[in-house]
Amino acid sequence: MRSTIRFRRGAAVSLALACAWLAVPAWADVGQIKVAKGRVTVERKGQELAAQVGMPLEAADVVRTGADGSVGITMRDNSLLSAGPNSIVSLDSFEFDPTTSDGRFDARLQRGTLAVSSGRIAKKSPQAMTVRTPAAVLGVRGTEFVVSVDD
Amino acid sequence: MAVALCALVVAGCAGPKESVVLLPSASAPDAAVVVTQGSKQVVLAEPYAAARASRDGPEPFRTNAAEVQARYGSALAAQPLRPAQFTLYFVEGKDEFTEESKKIVDSVFAEIARRPVADVMVIGHTDTVGSDAANDALSRQRAEVVRNAFVARGLAVDKVVTAGRGRRELAVPTADGVAEPRNRRVEILVR
Repeated sequence: MRSTIRFRRGAAVSLALACAWLAVPAWADVGQIKVAKGRVTVERKGQELAAQVGMPLEAADVVRTGADGSVGITMRDNSLLSAGPNSIVSLDSFEFDPTTSDGRFDARLQRGTLAVSSGRIAKKSPQAMTVRTPAAVLGVRGTEFVVSVDD
Repeated sequence: MAVALCALVVAGCAGPKESVVLLPSASAPDAAVVVTQGSKQVVLAEPYAAARASRDGPEPFRTNAAEVQARYGSALAAQPLRPAQFTLYFVEGKDEFTEESKKIVDSVFAEIARRPVADVMVIGHTDTVGSDAANDALSRQRAEVVRNAFVARGLAVDKVVTAGRGRRELAVPTADGVAEPRNRRVEILVR
């Protein structure tokens, strides 16, 4: 019985090797813009890019919305960030191991309004996710909240 | 009077006004936000518990759904759809999914259709029968089969990321060599 199974799995291996293995490397991305309304830009390495739905985001990106703007972002660990008008949100650091859920996520609201629904990183470790504002540090213990910073 | 007004204005202009509100959510019962300002800390653990930054550290207050909607309506309206998870089960030792699981493929497509830009993660798993190498290959192959099924139905190939985890992440822990149907699966995450 055991050898029969081995044989079958052996066949599976050869078949897998015969098939072209097309891995899609998406691991440089930390998240993706899923919702964008009005003016939304992304500052990356000193350049300002016009943001659109589907745009991948990288660590250290700074997302800005205009007076008519709002933006929704899904991170790789399933965290959701969404900002209202006149907002500046920085994705300061993001590391995530999809197998173990270990990682680190630090975001920052410099101005405006932000809604946060935490994902797998905060669920795995209550110390691993923070949202900073100019005055405070918010430790995220697996939850949903809103935060605002007025000029 | 003039001095008092001046002091008030200075206090008001000491920095940006900041506040944070915990929302009612279906997540963990120990969910909370810990607000730290300098050496002072406030823990928000109840729905609509809130804190604002002040010169003396975070100042707790309570708010409500209407106030949150008025202040944060645009931000909340921009929240992306929550990621949706599905599981397809497989015939023992094969890359063929079970009859019942075929119906789930339709649900996955309905979920993809709801989203303007869906990305899909497909992760294959096996039970504990067979060697690690064979199970790694089989788990990847199961994920590939699912991706190919999606692509055949019109999903762009670059929207699907596949991975195989072999028998490393059992849904149901078993001893070695156990043919457990609930472990022979592909997990699909639609975001």
